[in-house]
Amino acid sequence: MSYKNEQLSEEKVFKDPVHRYVHVRDRVIWDLIGTPEFQRLRRIKQLGTTNLTFHGAEHSRFNHSLGVYEVVRRIISVFKDYPNWDNDERLLCLCAALLHDLGHGPFSHSFEKVFKLDHEQFTQKIILGDTQIHKILEKVQPGFAQDVADVIGKTYANKLVISLISSQIDADRMDYLQRDAYFTGVSYGHFDMERILRVMRPMEEQAVIKSTGMHAVEDYIMSRYQMYWQVYFHPVSRSAEVILTKILHRAKFLYEHDYAFKLKPAHFISFFNGNVTLQDYLRLDESVVHYYFQLWQDEEDAILSDLCERFMDRRLFKYIEFSPNRMMREWMELYSLFKKVGIDPDYYLVEDSSSDLPYDFYRPGEEGERVPIYLQMPNDELKELSRQSDIVEAISGKKRTDHKLYFPLDMLKEKAQNSDVKRILAILNGQGVVNHHAE
Amino acid sequence: MLNNHAKILAFFSQVGEVTGRKKLQKMIYILQACGVPFEEKYQFHFYGPYSEELSLRIQELCNLGFMNETKEEKSSYVQYRYNLTEDGARFLQQSALDMPDYKAQADMLMANSSRFLELVATMLFFRDLPQDEVEKKVQKVKPKQHYTAEEFARAWKMIGELVHENSVDGIQNR
Repeated sequence: MSYKNEQLSEEKVFKDPVHRYVHVRDRVIWDLIGTPEFQRLRRIKQLGTTNLTFHGAEHSRFNHSLGVYEVVRRIISVFKDYPNWDNDERLLCLCAALLHDLGHGPFSHSFEKVFKLDHEQFTQKIILGDTQIHKILEKVQPGFAQDVADVIGKTYANKLVISLISSQIDADRMDYLQRDAYFTGVSYGHFDMERILRVMRPMEEQAVIKSTGMHAVEDYIMSRYQMYWQVYFHPVSRSAEVILTKILHRAKFLYEHDYAFKLKPAHFISFFNGNVTLQDYLRLDESVVHYYFQLWQDEEDAILSDLCERFMDRRLFKYIEFSPNRMMREWMELYSLFKKVGIDPDYYLVEDSSSDLPYDFYRPGEEGERVPIYLQMPNDELKELSRQSDIVEAISGKKRTDHKLYFPLDMLKEKAQNSDVKRILAILNGQGVVNHHAE
Repeated sequence: MLNNHAKILAFFSQVGEVTGRKKLQKMIYILQACGVPFEEKYQFHFYGPYSEELSLRIQELCNLGFMNETKEEKSSYVQYRYNLTEDGARFLQQSALDMPDYKAQADMLMANSSRFLELVATMLFFRDLPQDEVEKKVQKVKPKQHYTAEEFARAWKMIGELVHENSVDGIQNR
């Protein structure tokens, strides 16, 4: 039997809190899970700094990747009897699902922003580079690694295959919504996935939903909407992320200005220099980042040590609602006042915006980039979801943005007798300082 | 503050009004590929490289009153137009941006259709491939566009011209 078709002598299962069990029978999948590149995902949290708000959110990219694989495996078990489905694509789908987040690093969002990196490019590099993952994929057949990379990069010719992992209703979202809801402990984020999987039908370029499953899809869309605003964009987690980003900025700045670190930050040097190799990237995980933050608390540089202490001890910035348009003048005054009182505004006065579009659609003739969700009507006609569902229509195409201004209230209060600080506090209080707390 | 937003406003102050979301997406992508430091992340989508971040940022700028979006119902399609508002221009004046001069490239792009820019952007998306494989890859991922040999030739010519403009660094590796 070829490696491609080789089955394990008995099925392996991973106990999973969301899907109960993750089932593995293909030798290729089992081998991929065992590689160092995949095991590294155990050391990268799925939700970055969210655990500082929702303490249960300690789950990893490893958990999520296995979950997406399992959802795709179940979708394929529904699809296998339908004419639009080519079962030769089965293993490709499973591999792409398992490996789709392989290139995520620790605290991806902040690292990507500061060091101008792209985790998707690293996913491609891990799959196509000199790695164990690559060797296993090429053992399936020459060119198979490229196919997996193309599916994940959305440049594979079969759009149906891409849509299972990346579309407005895909295995990735179905897993992370439920998993993140489970681990954060929130009550939103739940929907009837089993029902959705039962009513998914393969079409030429995407999966569609039998119209009888519309209400399950409504629930899924609403779950997504609520999870974004209640969990993913939570202002306290964003405060931690703001501090994390500023730590990285400060460390990079110091390195570029020949600052003598007490311990050479060897793991970060190529990040600071902008020449990160695949090996450098794979060596960095959250334990390494925490190790440096721990050390940097004792650095001479007051800004670096203070920011690291804040991050490690969860002494986060406070925030106010902030409209960049209405408050431009106040922003400029705050910026100069911060400088005047010796608090560097480039590190301690930070505007942060979050935006989301819960469901996008387009009408004939409009230029839409996201393929909408289609319902398959009893006469086989396809109708776009928001035309059939009042609930989905109500939130369709609506982008929501939240702007906040973050600052260290404790630091300001220490200088509360200073007249400039009084003015700063007056401006900030004018906008209503929010007392943040963990939920 | 809002530096990446300001970069988009600066783009509009250079090119004026842009008609069509696809055209806007592709223009920013192509300029980014030429080394203009726009920070929006792009992925491959339905019409080639597409940035969800850019799409959200444009909406944020509209919500803030810094940009204006006009929706025009045509006979068989809908067209969106984008331009800078007075508030946007004022905000831009207060931003300390350090951007290269990319007016010549932007004007070159403005003069072309969104279909053609989609081709150029898609070819640039695959710029790490050997040149002879780029066209094959484009045909494979966009079989329904039926791009002609003449269009490919024109696209290569434009890419060459973009590279030779002095003001930016030429096509960047991905």
